[in-house]
Amino acid sequence: MTFQDAPDAKIPVPRGPVPVVPPPRPRRAVELTIDGQSVAVPEGATLLEAARQIGIDTPTLCFLENLTPVNVCRICVVEVEGSRTLVPACSRKAEPGMVVHTDSERVRLSRRMVLELLGSSVDLSTAPQIAGYMERYDAHPERFGPPAPPARDHERDLARPGHHPAPHNGQTATGGQPVKVDNELYVRDYSKCILCYKCVEACGTDAQNTFAIALAGRGFEARISTEYDVPLPDSACVYCGNCIGVCPTGALMFKSEFDLRQAEAWDESRQTATDTICPYCGVGCTLTVHVQDEKIVKVTSPIDHDVTNGHLCIKGRFGWEFVNRRE
Amino acid sequence: MDLHFTAHEPDPEEMEAVDRLLSGLPLNGHRRQYLLPVLHAIQDRKGWISPGALNYACQRLEVPPAEAFGVADFYALFQTRPHPPVTVHVCDDIACHARGAEALCAEVRTALGPEGESRDGHATWHRSPCLGLCERAPAALVVAAGDPPRDQALAPATGGDVLSAAVGVAIPQPDLAASVPQIGQPGLKLLARVGRIDPTSLDDYRAAGGFLALRRAFEMGPAAVVREVVESKLVGRGGAAFPTGIKWQGARSAALPRYLVCNADESEPGTFKDRVLMENDPFALIEAMTIAGFATGCEKGFLYLRGEYPLALARIENALQRCRERGFLGEDILGDGVRFDIELRRGAGAYICGEETALMNSLEGRRGEPRNKPPFPTEAGLFGQPTVINNVETLVNVLPIVIEGGKAFAAIGTERSTGPKLFCVSGHVKRPGVYEAPFGITLGELIDLAGGFGGTGRIQAILLGGAAGAFVTPDHLDAPLTFEGTRAIGATLGSAVVMPFDDTVDLRQILRRIAQFFRDESCGQCVPCRVGTVRQEELLHRLATDRPLGSLAAELALLKELGQAMRDASICGLGQTASGAIESALARLPIYQEKTL
Ligand SMILES: Cc1cc2nc3c(=O)[nH]c(=O)nc-3n(C[C@H](O)[C@H](O)[C@H](O)COP(=O)(O)O)c2cc1C
Ligand code: SF4
Ligand code: SF4
Ligand code: SF4
Ligand code: FES
Ligand code: FES
Repeated sequence: MTFQDAPDAKIPVPRGPVPVVPPPRPRRAVELTIDGQSVAVPEGATLLEAARQIGIDTPTLCFLENLTPVNVCRICVVEVEGSRTLVPACSRKAEPGMVVHTDSERVRLSRRMVLELLGSSVDLSTAPQIAGYMERYDAHPERFGPPAPPARDHERDLARPGHHPAPHNGQTATGGQPVKVDNELYVRDYSKCILCYKCVEACGTDAQNTFAIALAGRGFEARISTEYDVPLPDSACVYCGNCIGVCPTGALMFKSEFDLRQAEAWDESRQTATDTICPYCGVGCTLTVHVQDEKIVKVTSPIDHDVTNGHLCIKGRFGWEFVNRRE
Repeated sequence: MDLHFTAHEPDPEEMEAVDRLLSGLPLNGHRRQYLLPVLHAIQDRKGWISPGALNYACQRLEVPPAEAFGVADFYALFQTRPHPPVTVHVCDDIACHARGAEALCAEVRTALGPEGESRDGHATWHRSPCLGLCERAPAALVVAAGDPPRDQALAPATGGDVLSAAVGVAIPQPDLAASVPQIGQPGLKLLARVGRIDPTSLDDYRAAGGFLALRRAFEMGPAAVVREVVESKLVGRGGAAFPTGIKWQGARSAALPRYLVCNADESEPGTFKDRVLMENDPFALIEAMTIAGFATGCEKGFLYLRGEYPLALARIENALQRCRERGFLGEDILGDGVRFDIELRRGAGAYICGEETALMNSLEGRRGEPRNKPPFPTEAGLFGQPTVINNVETLVNVLPIVIEGGKAFAAIGTERSTGPKLFCVSGHVKRPGVYEAPFGITLGELIDLAGGFGGTGRIQAILLGGAAGAFVTPDHLDAPLTFEGTRAIGATLGSAVVMPFDDTVDLRQILRRIAQFFRDESCGQCVPCRVGTVRQEELLHRLATDRPLGSLAAELALLKELGQAMRDASICGLGQTASGAIESALARLPIYQEKTL
């Protein structure tokens, strides 16, 4: 048997240039009606794409252009005439003759409720996009009652599926728990996790193919975890940081940003972002380098960049750590 | 795949358990599908799944350990932390609650210590949702790891029986008549053989008319079988009431290979009909699956059996073996050149795996998270291939349809609900059990069949259709038990649960337990259900403990909004129905009134 002990220093290959594929056969146009306007989209387009085409802004949380839709957050639901339930715009394909309502009473109620349910259970303080949605849908998460105190370290990781403590003192359960700080490069604050699956997808077949993290547990105790909650250095993680890049809530955060925030020194108004080509290898990934007070505080990559799709490897993402440290 | 493992090593027993299970299996292609069977093998041997054992399983199956852990940690029957070898699962769900579950829990607590703890390191206990033994409530399931593992379902269970079973004593169970009071009555179609033949004997089954339908189906040909099923107007008995013939017709034009799946995950609280069929007439299910596979062009069937059904497991395993030996399954069935076989898979404690797409994920070795539909299973189901999935009872109905013809079948019952039906009667009736009656029998007539109301006889409410169903009152006794008849009274037939509660039962606790059930069983994928079921339980808890947030009216309004969002925006039927029974109770029963708070 060959078990590896420590994570070895394998350097992942970033998603390379997409090979040129022959032009697809001409796709038929699908005509449908959204909020009273008729719209034609190519066959296979989603309701989200169709709505965007006519300028209707649909909120999304778990959807990202460079990841497979998981349609789990349900903030994007719309009403399709003839359908018993609402449908997720991000993944439902447009069909000829569909009549869609994106702002009906039912749609607004479900969107508001999704926001209130998230707001009542997740720390959204570093998720400005969601704060905007809250305002737009007049969401009041506090109406479910006062939050219960946060869990102890690793307590949520030990939950048994199908079991939970009875509600207590009229308090509402939350995902509150201590931040997981187990390496020098990034932290995981799962009290901020909305379980959008993006990090798992980025770590898995959608980008990184490392599978260091996955969904564990069930129901409200479902969570992102390594096997048996082992610290990241014991896991398969190769610190590509692609999970950080896709996380919409700041649950996954550069240690540099986390430390500055802890010191109340994080200040985006003092930051610049500059695009450059990663110097480490010949692939040519675009890096967006974020600098505050002459120090690199994080590195991202544009999601629409055709080489990276927003994804990088440890060298591009964290190589600057050495630059900073040498100073 | 380039996988990374922690330093944990398996012990020899764990390796042997995994190797034994995998020996002889074709470990190519979809090898991940053996993840649940492998996890069962480890759990059965050691009582928990250690990091070393998981590493070994992942090596053999080429599954990333983080993902495999996430799968193990999804299912209630798998322990992912050090755990004693013997676990007692004590049902505290609604039918058992009405019949002494709390007293049983108290006895077990006295003997074994607080829930989840272990005095001697040998045994511990946990509360459990419905174990599918409601007709003999209160129920317990004793799971003892070892080689071989020994699992025993006890119902009615006493503290003493539980303790004896925990140390390996076999506890005799009541006569089948306690579960099927109609045994031997003339005119039964689905229960005709139950209790009358030896369920382990293929010869007995054949002597009682077994495999005549299969022969007949082979003579007719697949298209004609599907035609008869269409004509029978059979609709699914798994809860969603979808026309079986239409499902089969759709499958016949789909791509190959196709798969047949029998949904035997029966976990809806109050439901136990499929268990009774599988324990007592297992060959009938195999024959019916073979006909279904033949008619829809599937050469491979999967039978996904609820993990908490040890007796059904043994009976089906035996029946499959006998059928293979005698050429009723395999490469050349009845010498007619038809190829079909069935793989038996065990669930592992997750109600959501009864949802058809969650079940398929579970079969593929994944977490039981439902998939978004469309695409529907008949287009893209198991392993992405077209898949026909049917409930146990649905399939067994195909036997009389083939023998007597679709028309004769359609003449039974009502215009829109055809055929015979099994009802799961528990709670406060004099003779709980599975009852067969044609569709259209009224609620009152069914209760009479079960000996009339039991308990104090003063009935407050009757739950129809299970936790995903609705409450009705004794005013509804004239309602015909059909799909349309139950809809007319704002209820649903669901999985044909009929569960009356007398006036000693605290309905506030029943509603709270139902809310707890949905919270515990939510897969956790989508926000409306993952968090909505939590907020719903908290709200009912506030009401049951007389501490509403604001006024009662405000709480009820909030509950209604929650219900609507769960119904409208959840991915699957679990979230969509999680508030139904609760809302029906609050609407028609005087449980909460402004003055009671
Ligand atoms: C949460 C949930 C649980 C379910 N559980 C079961 C079950 O235990 N057994 C079953 O046959 N169907 C169950 N179903 C229904 C299945 O999804 C599916 O409709 C059924 O297996 C189809 O078979 P049928 O047409 O023969 O009824 C469940 C559905 C949901 C939403
Ligand atoms: S940094 Fe994130 S995406 Fe990259 S390997 Fe580690 S867990 Fe996976
Ligand atoms: S950690 Fe971030 S990316 Fe991952 S599921 Fe949670 S919110 Fe989504
Ligand atoms: S409705 Fe509930 S059970 Fe169904 S997918 Fe959503 S979270 Fe899972
Ligand atoms: S964005 Fe569509 S479900 Fe999350
Ligand atoms: S076995 Fe206890 S409620 Fe069904």
